Amino acid sequence: MSPTAPVPPATQPGRQSPPQGPVHTTAEVLATKRVGAYQHLTLLAPGVAERFRPGTFLAASVGTLGDHLLGRRALWIHQVRPVGGHGLALQVVVEPVGRGTGWLAGLRPGARLPVTGPLGRPFALPKEPVATVLVGEGYAAAPLFPLAERLRERGCAVSLVVGAADEPRLLSALEARRSARSVVVVTGDGSVGVRGRVGDVVPETLRRAGAEVVYAAGPAATLHAVALAAEEHGAWSQVALEQPLTCATGLCHGCPVPVVGEDGVARTARACVDGPVLRGDRVRWDDLDLDLDRRPGPDRDLPGPVGGAW
Amino acid sequence: MSTSLGGITLAGPVMVAAGCGGTGRELAGYSGPAGLSAYGAFVTRTLTRDPRPGGPAPRLLESPAGLLHATGLPNPGLDLFLATELPWLVQQGARVVVSVAGRSLGEYAEIARRLASAPGVAAIEVNLSAPDAVVAGVLDAREPFHAGGAIAAVLRELPRGLPVLAKLRPDLQRVVETARVARDSGAAAVVVGNALPAAMPDGRPAGLSGPAIGPLALRCVTEVRAALPGLQVVGAGDIATAADARAHLRAGATAVQVGSALLHDPTAAARIVRELADDPAVAATSDPSSDPTPDPTSDPTYDPTSDPTSDPTPAPGDRP
Repeated sequence: MSPTAPVPPATQPGRQSPPQGPVHTTAEVLATKRVGAYQHLTLLAPGVAERFRPGTFLAASVGTLGDHLLGRRALWIHQVRPVGGHGLALQVVVEPVGRGTGWLAGLRPGARLPVTGPLGRPFALPKEPVATVLVGEGYAAAPLFPLAERLRERGCAVSLVVGAADEPRLLSALEARRSARSVVVVTGDGSVGVRGRVGDVVPETLRRAGAEVVYAAGPAATLHAVALAAEEHGAWSQVALEQPLTCATGLCHGCPVPVVGEDGVARTARACVDGPVLRGDRVRWDDLDLDLDRRPGPDRDLPGPVGGAW
Repeated sequence: MSTSLGGITLAGPVMVAAGCGGTGRELAGYSGPAGLSAYGAFVTRTLTRDPRPGGPAPRLLESPAGLLHATGLPNPGLDLFLATELPWLVQQGARVVVSVAGRSLGEYAEIARRLASAPGVAAIEVNLSAPDAVVAGVLDAREPFHAGGAIAAVLRELPRGLPVLAKLRPDLQRVVETARVARDSGAAAVVVGNALPAAMPDGRPAGLSGPAIGPLALRCVTEVRAALPGLQVVGAGDIATAADARAHLRAGATAVQVGSALLHDPTAAARIVRELADDPAVAATSDPSSDPTPDPTSDPTYDPTSDPTSDPTPAPGDRP
């Protein structure tokens, strides 16, 4: 299948603009590597990498005919790098815990699968070179690494907090030391770094960094803690929210996020097209089911949240 | 290749099913250079008189060979739709079929009054088969006369020539009777069908769509066409490939609606449009002149005065 690039009918032909919007295409697996609890897949997906901005994600069709896995699996994009002779390749992070994510993790180099991306709203970058803190938990820390690169290109100071339940679920802690001025590592079992929850160390990190903007990706409860800490500190927060997605493209209205608009009116946003990145102070956390991303049963591979945890 | 449905002309027989094309903006980018005008029609997600936030998450789940959904009909309400979404869809060249659901016959009439004067509405699809109707608070046409009442209430408020489609459940026990009553009440065509009533694992009422219901929907289309040869039928239910669309057209459907396939592959409907456009057999099928002539004698309850397909008045939004 050739890549189907969206052509918004309203745009004027003839005017050159950078490629925008998602494309639906067939990706090829170039490489696959197990790192701790996660499988890192390097994909060649024509048109997707060129459009990538940190915080956008990839939706993959999973399974073979007969598996009847109809929902898409949403995957954070961890890296965009040129690969010799191939152009730009994407790296996505998969935690194999269900049928769909297990299938993805088992793909061999050369395998092909339909993908759509990059999807969703990316992290907004500050116009000024301000101090920033990036907070990531589990595989969801993936989009923070390309974000750190973009922020440093703009002269922003980057402090990183990476956390996970245990060491195998800690994403790229070594790489983190290259991307950031300071790194705090938190694990639930204390196997590496500070023992505790990610949210616990955020207020102190914000203070030390003098942060004006906080970026976070992880489970909803962690994002809530980060948004609260940011508000108390007087910083803007941008949170990449994980919700169960089915279509990932905005068509099905299946990923409601309770938000408050600029006008103060309560609304329901879609995590996939209005998010995944939302301002922390716009999410109605009390109306959000904070446990939703932790609820799946082991026998039911739900259409995964961004990151493909299920 | 054009298709005549309920007296209006569509660019082709492939429609986007209600609730599976987002607001249209999300789908436009996956529709090729023609955008939303590539489709025979774009059916909106079901709109209600008042805004509805929709149900709690999870709203959609995978099920063997299907998708379970309990969205609770989230929508911005008819007024906001008419003010913001409809003008954009029309500007994109989409043939807009507005899907609606009401809580009562009075509310159906109110909805129809507002739509009657909205420029650019090609047709109205009355959603008589929301699989979670009770939860969504909309009228559930469990008995054929419920469907008839809603269709009549809507039609009374509309100008002549603005066709009303009745979206029915692909339930073989009921679909023929309900289609007959819908037709007798003035529906220009029936859409067969919607999701089948099902349950989420936690017991919430839900709908089941996708491959699981494809063969059931095809059977229903076949039966309705056999029993009511004068009534146009739009086939829906697991239309995921051009072959699925051809099967429904061969069974006598005038058009098809692509629904849950779009949630798996947002380019599915545009691909079916392209593949059918290259198929001379389909072009012949969808030619209105080759449509079987209605035979009033084959149907004892046939009432020629209630047949809206005999009304040649073009719809207000009908462009030549």
